[in-house]
Amino acid sequence: MLEVDIAMRRGDFRLEAAFASGAPIVALFGRSGAGKSTLVNAIAGIATPDRGRIVVEGRTLFDSARAIDVAPEKRRVGYVFQDALLFPHMTVGANLAYGERLTPAGERFVSRERVVSLLDLGRLLERRPGSLSGGERQRAAIGRALLASPRILLMDEPLASLDAPRKAEILAYVELLRDELALPIVYVSHALEEVTRLADSIVLLADGRVVAQGPAAEVLARPEMQAQAGRFDAGAVIEARVASHDERYGLTLLAFDGGELAVPNVDALPGEPVRARIRARDVSIALAVPRGLSIQNVLAAQVEAISREFGAIVDVSLRVGSTPLVARVTRKAVDQLGLRPGMPVHALVKAVSIDRRSVGFA
Amino acid sequence: MTGIDELQIVALSLKVAFWGVAWGLPLAIATALVLARARFPGKTLFDAAVHLPLVLPPVVVGFALLALFGRHGPIGRVLEPLGIVFAFRWTGAALAAAIMGFPLMVRAIRLAIDAVDTRLEVAARTLGASRARVFFTVTLPLAWPGLVTGALLGFARALGEFGATITFVSNIPGETQTLPLAIYTFTQSPGQDAQAVHLSILSVLLSLGALALSEWLVRRRLPGSAHA
Repeated sequence: MLEVDIAMRRGDFRLEAAFASGAPIVALFGRSGAGKSTLVNAIAGIATPDRGRIVVEGRTLFDSARAIDVAPEKRRVGYVFQDALLFPHMTVGANLAYGERLTPAGERFVSRERVVSLLDLGRLLERRPGSLSGGERQRAAIGRALLASPRILLMDEPLASLDAPRKAEILAYVELLRDELALPIVYVSHALEEVTRLADSIVLLADGRVVAQGPAAEVLARPEMQAQAGRFDAGAVIEARVASHDERYGLTLLAFDGGELAVPNVDALPGEPVRARIRARDVSIALAVPRGLSIQNVLAAQVEAISREFGAIVDVSLRVGSTPLVARVTRKAVDQLGLRPGMPVHALVKAVSIDRRSVGFA
Repeated sequence: MTGIDELQIVALSLKVAFWGVAWGLPLAIATALVLARARFPGKTLFDAAVHLPLVLPPVVVGFALLALFGRHGPIGRVLEPLGIVFAFRWTGAALAAAIMGFPLMVRAIRLAIDAVDTRLEVAARTLGASRARVFFTVTLPLAWPGLVTGALLGFARALGEFGATITFVSNIPGETQTLPLAIYTFTQSPGQDAQAVHLSILSVLLSLGALALSEWLVRRRLPGSAHA
């Protein structure tokens, strides 16, 4: 459990953030300059808030009212930095050993062998950071943080300086950590794809304030999120399970509480939980079930809200079962269909609009 | 002048320079760290004070040392009952060498500490290292080339020290007569130019040797390139 309620000022920038999360992975999401890094630095003890409280797994790390400010080295908060920051004068093996040696044997929860095999570091141990690729460096940095046996792991844009294939690789390792080590992770990112794939809960930051927080699917569908994510990528996330594979057509059927969703083949076994992101601009609205249509997914839905905008484009919040979905349509269409909150409609989603990158393993 | 005397002069010079660096270096590292990392009122003044021996005439420094550390000086008077005497002893020559080389050591080490990425120090702290441990395991090793350079500059300055030494501890053969003082003495006596040349060549060789040693120390510590 992570509880944060802090206020701090840095020059012109004010951060006032309060949130709590017990999720395995909580994402701090927002544009650059929103205060994400300042927030994790405060958790790590690198930046000192002017006032407030930070509690990690029941242990108070900072409390201005009680004059508690635990030194960074005593917080047991792991930190994986954007550019790894491995010690350049030591081998990878020595980097891994650095925090491990400083951890009393009784408090270590993971062995060196386990970390080396989890992160596939065996061949790198004798190498120097300068000779590693970006992905290798980041893996070593994660390993170094883990071996200090932290009670929580902070990851500040760990993929930002990597290319796409390396990003996918590190994401898979992060998922592995979550599943294997049961270590709470705070994941800072401004990339919607990463957050969609990893986050169990999301804290949305804008201009130093928390504008939304809660379970990932809910926050991803919120209008505040649309504003942060940008027009193109705005959308909703559906938590589903793999129902079946259609071998003949190469489709996978995902079951969620609002019905079934056909998507291009997903590499997951039936019953596995997955998460699909559906962009608002890929969702259309029909009043009746249309006939003679190529679109594979026609979902019974209800209009929740219609954004009040005067331009050509309007976001219509829908609910499919209990799952939120957003449709981006023209204001003209809203008027033509006479859409109002509470109206039953059908949401149309092209299967091909949900590509592999939009599906994550929950 | 015999070969034995020459050996004695060289040995004394090395002893004075070695101890000058050995005394000055720890304090120079601490001073460099303060100048590189700390912020406090009066820092500019402190910085200027550290550099004073570099800009003052060495004779003035020697005279100040004589006034402070001489047998009747305020510091010398306190130290003498403890058995610590600087005036007219080789220890005084080492003290003069340490003080004259001090700003050079501080400058080189400070530049090296400035070049160390402070985020690496932050990373070390999140891994459980105290400030002191971070300094000894991250900052200092990464500043190693600057440390060696600082020590070399201090050593070279100590080998060449003349003005402050002769003013503070005089020119006593076997006690305070280092290479430069001996060379000066020979140039002042008619017909001893050959010995002056001889000692000059020796002092060139010593300096080159120190330079080679420092290169080797830097390279040995950091295989491949300089730290990234």
